[in-house]
Parts: sequence; structure tokens; C-alpha cells
Amino acid sequence: MAAALRAPGVRFRWRTPAAAGGARGAAAGRQGYDLLVIGGGSGGLACAKEAAQLGKKVAVVDYVEPSPRGTRWGLGGTCVNVGCIPKKLMHQAALLGDMIRDAPHYGWEVPPLVPHDWKKMAEAVQNHVKSLNWGHRVQLQDRKVKYFNIRASFVNEHTVCGVTKDGKETLLSAEHIVIATGGRPRYPTHIEGALEYGITSDDIFWLKESPGKTLVVGASYVALECAGFLTGLGLDATVMVRSIPLRGFDQQMSSLVTEYMASHGTRFLRGCTPSRVGRLPDGQLQVIWEDLASGKKDVGTFDTVLWAIETQPAPAAQPGNACHVFPSEPGASRGYVPCLLCPRLQCGRVPETRSLHLENAGVNTHPNSQKILVDAGEATSVPHIYAIGDVAEGRPELTPPAVMAGKLLARRLCGQSSDLMDYDNVPTTVFTPLEYGCVGLSEEEAVARHGEEHVEVYHAYYKPLEFTVAERDASQCYIKMVCLREPPQLVLGLHFLGPNAGEVTQGFALGIKCGASYAQVMRTLGIHPTCAEEVAKLRITKRSGLDPTVTGC
Amino acid sequence: MAQPPPPSSPPRAQTSPGPAKVGAVPNRRLGSVRGVPMSSPPGRRARLSSPGTGRSSSETREELRRRLLGLIEGNRVMIFSKSYCPHSTRVKELFSSLGVECHILELDQVDDGASVQEVLSEITNQRTVPNIFVNKVHVGGCEQTFQAHQSGVLEKLLQGDSAYDYDLIVIGGGSGGLACAQEAAVLGKKVMVLDFVVPSPQGTSWGLGGTCVNVGCIPKKLMHQAALLGQALIDSRKFGWEYNQQVKHNWETMTEAIQNHIGSLNWGYRLSLREKAVAYVNSYGEFVEHHKIKATNRKGQETCYTAAKFVIATGERPRYLGIQGDKEYCITSDDLFSLPYCPGKTLVVGASYVALECAGFLAGLGLDVTVMVRSILLRGFDQEMAEKVGSYMEQHGVKFLRKFVPIQQLEKGSPGKLRVVAESTEGPGAVEGVYNTVLLAIGRDSCTRKIGLEKIGVKINEKSGKIPVNDVEQTNVPYVYAIGDILEGKLELTPVAIQAGKLLARRLFGGRLEKCDYVNVPTTVFTPLEYGCCGLSEEKAIEVHTKENLEVYHTLFWPLEWTVAGRDNNTCYAKIICNKFDNERVVGFHILGPNAGEVTQGFAAAMKCGLTKQLLDDTIGIHPTCGEVWKEKTFLKLTSVDVV
Repeated sequence: MAAALRAPGVRFRWRTPAAAGGARGAAAGRQGYDLLVIGGGSGGLACAKEAAQLGKKVAVVDYVEPSPRGTRWGLGGTCVNVGCIPKKLMHQAALLGDMIRDAPHYGWEVPPLVPHDWKKMAEAVQNHVKSLNWGHRVQLQDRKVKYFNIRASFVNEHTVCGVTKDGKETLLSAEHIVIATGGRPRYPTHIEGALEYGITSDDIFWLKESPGKTLVVGASYVALECAGFLTGLGLDATVMVRSIPLRGFDQQMSSLVTEYMASHGTRFLRGCTPSRVGRLPDGQLQVIWEDLASGKKDVGTFDTVLWAIETQPAPAAQPGNACHVFPSEPGASRGYVPCLLCPRLQCGRVPETRSLHLENAGVNTHPNSQKILVDAGEATSVPHIYAIGDVAEGRPELTPPAVMAGKLLARRLCGQSSDLMDYDNVPTTVFTPLEYGCVGLSEEEAVARHGEEHVEVYHAYYKPLEFTVAERDASQCYIKMVCLREPPQLVLGLHFLGPNAGEVTQGFALGIKCGASYAQVMRTLGIHPTCAEEVAKLRITKRSGLDPTVTGC
Repeated sequence: MAQPPPPSSPPRAQTSPGPAKVGAVPNRRLGSVRGVPMSSPPGRRARLSSPGTGRSSSETREELRRRLLGLIEGNRVMIFSKSYCPHSTRVKELFSSLGVECHILELDQVDDGASVQEVLSEITNQRTVPNIFVNKVHVGGCEQTFQAHQSGVLEKLLQGDSAYDYDLIVIGGGSGGLACAQEAAVLGKKVMVLDFVVPSPQGTSWGLGGTCVNVGCIPKKLMHQAALLGQALIDSRKFGWEYNQQVKHNWETMTEAIQNHIGSLNWGYRLSLREKAVAYVNSYGEFVEHHKIKATNRKGQETCYTAAKFVIATGERPRYLGIQGDKEYCITSDDLFSLPYCPGKTLVVGASYVALECAGFLAGLGLDVTVMVRSILLRGFDQEMAEKVGSYMEQHGVKFLRKFVPIQQLEKGSPGKLRVVAESTEGPGAVEGVYNTVLLAIGRDSCTRKIGLEKIGVKINEKSGKIPVNDVEQTNVPYVYAIGDILEGKLELTPVAIQAGKLLARRLFGGRLEKCDYVNVPTTVFTPLEYGCCGLSEEKAIEVHTKENLEVYHTLFWPLEWTVAGRDNNTCYAKIICNKFDNERVVGFHILGPNAGEVTQGFAAAMKCGLTKQLLDDTIGIHPTCGEVWKEKTFLKLTSVDVV
């Protein structure tokens, strides 16, 4: 049976409908598709919709395994349900808290202490997420993509078996299969009580009641973002960091991010690691941790413990090592690329590959990360099976690249284009209380790759106009542009710390994509008065040792 | 690319000082690039033909320019002449009678005389010969030389650099003027800034820094921010923040905070000028004769100053209607930001960006606002975007009276109330309204008519009052330059003025060549829904490239922050205009949405780097932001097809 279903080995070409129909008719209860996408997250849905648009018969299977706390959600994957969307909305709620405090300076007669109702916010956020789940369902229907809410595992390399919630099995077969199952947060199972009492980002956005006093363990961007908005909503939040925060990101920027958070009420426990979590009789959680430097044990009580830990980085991904090996390089199209991007875009989540029975299809995974090995065309070790998004080894764990990779893959499969996904210069933004947007290389990476004498860093501390009247502290509002030193001083990286960093960074990412030089950015006139104009006004080099504080306009 | 070399780049520094403008820092290294002996006897002819005949014309021209500047820099008196020209002969005789040695270049006796004349006219804005320089200062032609001789200026010039009190006097202490003055001072020049704010008809006056800081961008953006915070307060309840009472806005608190900030900026400018040893005089400047300006202070005391060069950066002031009662009862943007009382029910007359921005934030602060528009909104901007800006404002409580102009006198009714009568521009029909405040924002007039420009012959456009300049911001009088809002056909934006001022100072005194680039300047209108743009409007693009060559991509979008807040779907909008036959290069970028300014800036940088649609498609978005809307779905714009 498996042999009969094996594809003729011609890549990027669809079999005739007749052949597909033959496969479909081979067994009762089996349904044949041109393309089967496993995983209804951003990447999977984008790929499925694009292929359907191009006339293919497509199915999507999606199943959310409840978190250890029992949290479950609808179609749309991590981004929509337990990632970007609820995160940014809660971040926005926290920003609105800042604005409420700004408002009296601007003449609004707001009562001095405005309480926040978690329940109300969470409900509003969850309602929006649910509307998005529904929207995705409708979009699939509109494009005639068949949707199955089943847990899928491979039977063979063309067949997938799906099990519904009540145990009913369905066999699905397809010419091409895309795995886009994403990842889930990692629990430190070696810590006593971690699984039993802790929650993760899978749960935090779906809590009906306020998490109260919270310990966030980890220093990934997820950890800092969560701790940031919890503090902003008026909660007591502590971040426990084992080594360095925001590993893989520019370390100067990362320390400014945490400095700002610390000065705005987030507590930091540096160089510490938890050893035990237990529940006290009053229901509170008792956490015992160890100071790694002194070996001293300490104890604290919290209402919530949130795990947002990173994996230990692989040696090749240490900052300072040039770890970008891009698939666009000649000859890389079929070989497996071990490390594509710095760990900053990979926050160490566990890939959802265990229940897929990949061995039945012969799909290879990375021995350590368990992520699926892919080539530049997103193909796995089995040519007609592909993997995109967080589940693929070496790919950034970000929504937009997954979406784009999915779309491009669909277009290639349908013979519409041969464009490969370019994972270079992926812009991203960390939505910490002071937002941090970046694109391109960190200063460390630039120096490691080009040598310190060939790198010029332009930088500035600036004060957003809105901060002045509001009497806000702008000590951490900082911009840094990393360039090659030789004219025309190609821009290698841009790092922006300040309000609306995401909005600011997006356009400059385009510029960098266009091969912007320092000179070209300087020739761009500013938009006055904005924060983004400070980027076009960077004049002070780090090398000069001059004071980079912007004064006047 | 005429980019300034990095400060630490010796090879360029050696070859580029040539283009230093007349009167530049005496640069001793110039000797090495001079092509002619320095101490030629009077009347000696020199050949200037370039040795590198095979090079491109622009390179040859640059070389020629350097040689000419070398001649000007290297000779006490340099005369560009023609051997048969009687005027030239008179000038030569004059210097001869003074016993002064001159270096003369007879343009009719060298091979490249015609090119020399062209380059000279670029440098001096004077095409005719004789063209005379004394101690690096351009004196002018025959007539001016004799005038200078009679007034004693020539003798002073011959004595050396101390002919004038200052190397540069900048008239106007706004963004552009200050940038220029400070840059010149940094380059070692003796610089003065004259700044004097004539009080508005309502008596409003302010400190150093010009329109932007005092009555423009800065207070405008801050009041816009206040209005946005009002919206944030409404949103915040949806995000779980709890307070019941209706939040009121206190105009006085806001204005005081904003004025305090402005005060600190004024002070900052004063300090910065002092640090850079720029002389600041709080007096009204008026030209009285060539190279001489009269400064009148608040008490009416007059002092005269002379300078080798002048930069006019006087900016503009709001226009009045010219009807009875306008100056008496109406206010303008000059008054609004420091108004000691809440303006109450307000009529804004005009549809400029100033009008819409003011109307927008006043409405955002909870006031009853009406905008009276003669014809179209935001003239010069993309009209589709302008209409969307207007309709958003209308949906958010701003009333619009289209096609009306106020015609009758404004009467003072019961205290604090003004009656306005307006008639339709389209035939009979008048409307009448009672307002607490009438804000005029119908345009701005250049402050160029009362600064004695006629005394020294600087031409202005009689109709608009604007000053025409060449591509190096030089007026028809060679030693007088102009920057900022008063330039004819240029953009009225702070960053443009700052850039123009800085680059001008560098060209005049720093030996640089880079000119201000007025192409693809981004800007943002801070209306309640912000509108950012860069490059061409759709109308202008059609005019320049014709419709068939263009492809317009556009999309509506719903910012994530607006979803939970329950704010309008299908309101924010973005479009790009591409030139189909130039690799789909982006020639126009327009976005209507929150933080449009922050979003637009980077796109402007990308457009400077030759952004194409393909590159836009290839760039990964940042999720979830408004800047990423391009990644979602951009549709080709077709007539009468709705976007989703």
C-alpha cells in the first residue's frame, strides 16, 4: 500500500488528478488531497490558503493538545492564541496604564490611582482571539480548504492518520505534506513541582483571574514581555534569570531593556535558578532557588510561577560565533543547514514532533532539538514532505517568516514561482515595556564577522517628545546603527529602543533589504517630531567617544 | 554620490578642499591643487584647459571648478575678464591706479573660456565679466567694484579679512537659521543670528527657535498627544482599567506644561548658541545697504552690522482674511498654543494641514469644532488620502462646512462670543454661526517684504513673497542666501530647513559640495488619524509618469490595538504607487493610521535606497505592527473595486 502511494519522485510537480483520484479510491474512509498541511498556525494556514487559491485540493489538520494546566484554544496556532496577538494586546493594556499616568500632565483630570481588572481585559482579549479563530475557519471555508480538528500522525510517507477528540480515526493521503505543527513551551521537568504548579505562556493569556504576584523564570523575550506587561498592569512581577537576558540579541540593547524594566518596578533575580516549587497551605506557591554564584538558597512565595525558559544554546549558536549560514548560498539547496540564525529568534520551545510518528514517513529530525531538518526549499529528508515555521530546525520562531515561507512554498509547489524564502535580515520587535526593534546583525555579531576595526557603530540617546511633558524618564531610549566602516558604510544592523519600536523598525528593515548605506540613511530627511527621525540623524560614532545624548532638535 | 567623506579620511580631504566657496576658511593646502602661478604680474594670461581631456564632462567641470576656486583663494585680487571688454579695462585701470597687483584671466584668450564663464556663474550667480574677487570675497562686476571703492568697502577688503564685522549674519532664529549659524560657527566662522518675533495681532510673542519650536511642530504634536491620550483613556476601559467618572480636560494645565517645555527649548537654543560662540541679538534685522544690516531691538534702539555673507531664514507667519474684524477677533496658530483660556466652541477657517491638525486635537480634547473649507482639503497632498483624513475627522465629531468662505465682518456678540457669517462659494446661500473662538489657518505669508531686500536688490516673487534661489540656496544677490519656508517652490518643513542650513554652511565654509536634496522628503500630518507620506501623490504621479505607467497597490487595515478597543474597522489605509516601467519602483508612499510618522520614516529611507515592489514583498514583516500591513494583502487598485 505504501509503495503504491509513493510519489514518482518528481519534485515541484503535481500528479494528474486521475492519479490522485486513484489514490483516493484505494481504501474506504481515505481521502486524497494534493496538499495536506499538518498544523493550523500562521505558516500552515498561509500555505494551505495559497495552494487552494492556486487551484489545489487542500486539507488542514489541526489539534491543540491541552496544556498541563488544561488550557486549550482554537484554530490559528501559537501566534493567534498564545503568542503575538494576546501578548501585544496585554502589552497595549499595560501601555494604556502608562498613558493614564501621563494623562494628568496633559490636562486630563484622571483619578490618581486607577485599578486594573484582569478579568475584564482577559475576556476582551480572549473574545478577540476567538473571533480570529472563527475568522480562520471562515477563510478556510471560503477557499475550499478542508479542515479537520484531529490529532495527526504519519502512517507512511503519503498517509496520515487523524484521531478526533472522541477517538474516531480518519486516514488522509496526499501528494505533498507540509508539517507546520510549531512548538510548545518547555517545562523544566527536573525541578520538583514545576509541572504541577507552574504555568507557561500557553496559559497566561487564558487565565480567568489575575495571576497576582508572579515569578517569571527565564530570560527569553517571552519571559521579559510577560513580566513587562504584568508589571505594567500593576502586579508584582519578578524575573529569575539564570545567565544573560535576551540571549542572541545585541547585549547592550538587552541590558537597556532590563534596566528600563527594573526602573519601572519589575524585580530581577540574576544568576539564580529555581530548585523546587511547592504549595503552601494558604494556596500560595513557595519557590526555593539557588544563587549560582554563592550557592546560597533562598525562598519566596508567589501566586503564580510562569516558566519561560530557554534551551541551553548549542555551541555554534553562541553569540560571537558567526552562526548565519544562509541557504541562499550556492550548493546549499539540498544539504541540511544546521544553524541558520542566531538563537535570538529561537526561544527554545519544544517542537511538536513527538506525536507525529515521523519515523513512519522517514522524516529526519535534529537529535538534540527534535526539530525537523529542512533544506533551503523547506523540504525534509523526504522530498515531498516539507516543514515550515517553528517546527523546522534553524528557522526563526516568528510568525511573519513562517507565513512567507508557507506562501512561497505553496507557490513553488504549484509551479507559480521558484522563489526561495530568504531568511536574512528578519526584523523583529520585543514588546517589553520599552519596545526593542531590531533588524540585521547585533554589534557582537558584526564585530565577530567583520572585525572590530571594520565596524562603525553610530548611536544616540534621545528623548521622545511625548516623554517631556509627561516627565517620563528616557534614560534608556537609545538607537544604534551598526555599519561597515569602509565607505559607503553598508548598514549591517539597526537597533531601536523606544516607543513604537516595531513601527519604526519595519521601514528601515526595507531599507536594509535594499542595501542601505549609512550615507543613504543620512540623506533621508526626518519627519518632525517623531522618534524615528532620530535614526536619520545618527552622527556620533562609538569610536569617537563623544557623548551620544541628543539635545535640542 | 556627493557625500561628505568621513572626518578621518585623509585621501579625500586632500583633494576636496578646492570647492570651498568664496570667503572660505583659508586652507593652506590649496596650493597643491592650484593650476596657475600665484603671483602673476598684472595682465599675464593663463591657460586653464584641463589636462585630462578624456574624462567625463562632469569630472572635468569639477576639476575646473577647483582650479577657479584655487585662483580665487590664491590671489589677493582676481579678475575674470575679456580682453576687449571696456568695463574690464576700467576695473583693471582702477586697481592699477590703486597700485594693487591683480591676477587676470582673459576668458577670450583661453581654450575653455566658455566653460570658465559657466562655472563662474554657478559660483557667483553672475554671468558677465568682469567678475572681481578681493581677498576671496566676491565683489561683483565693474559697477559694484566702483561702488565698493567709493564706499570704502574695497579698501577694507584689500586690507584683509576684517572688512566686515561678521563672516555670516543669519536673519531669523528658527530651525534652519540656527542650524546654519551653528554649523558655520563650528567651522570657525564669526557668526551672528538676528531674531525678533513681531507679536501677533493678539499680542502673542515667543522666544528663540522659530515656528517649529514655539508655534508649530512641537506644541502641535504635544496637543495632538494630549488628544490621543483622551482616546487612550476611552480605550483603556476596554482593556480593563477601571474608573467611572467622566474624565474632563483642563486646557490651562496642558498649555502650561507645553509652554514650560517650550521655554526649556528656547533656553537650550540660547545656551547652544553661546557654547558655539554665535552672537545672538534679539533685534529686528533690515538691510540698509550692501553687506550691511540694521538691527532694531524692542526698545527701538538701532545698531548696524556688516557681514560678508547673509542667510535669510525669516520664515512665515499666518495669513489673515483681510476682512473687517479679523485681526481684532480671530486668533491663528501663533496664538492657540499659548492661549490662556480654553478656546471653547471653535471655528477653524481653512483646510491646510495646520487647520486640520488644530481642529483635530481641539475636537480630541472634547471641544465643539467646525472647519470651514473653501475648496479642497490638504491642497498638494494626495487627494484620496486627504478625503479619508477628513472623513475620519467628521466621523469623530468635527463638523465640516464645505465650500463656504466667511465674508461679513465678525461681530462681537455677548462676551466671549463671535458671530460669523459665511456665504457659499457656489451661489447664493449664507450660513451664520456663533463661536467662542475663530482660528484662521488659511495659509502663511513669507516675512520677506519688510527686511530691506529691495535696498540690496534681492528679488522676491512679488505675488507670493517667496525668494527664488538656485540649487545652492543662493539668491540673485550672490552673497545673500535663503533657506527654509521662504524659498520659492521648496518644502515648508523643519527637517528640510535644518538640512539646507547645515549643508549651506558646510558648502560656504567647510569646502563641501553636497547640496540639499529636496526629493522624496517624508512628512506626516498629525490629524487624529495620522497621515504619513513620502514621494508623489497619486495625482502628481499620474502627471509625471502618466497613468498607464503606474501601478497602485493599496489595502485597508485594522490595527490590533483597535480591535479590543472596539475602534473603527476598515479605516486605516495604505497605498504605494509604483512605476511599472522602472522595475516597479515605489514613487509614492501613503499611510493613514496610528503612528504614521514612525512608520513612514523607515520607508522614506528605503525609498532613498531605491525601494521596489519586489523588495517590499520580500521583506519580512514585524508582527503585529501597522508597518507590516504590506505583508497582509495588498491589492491592485482598480477603479470601483472595494478593498477588504
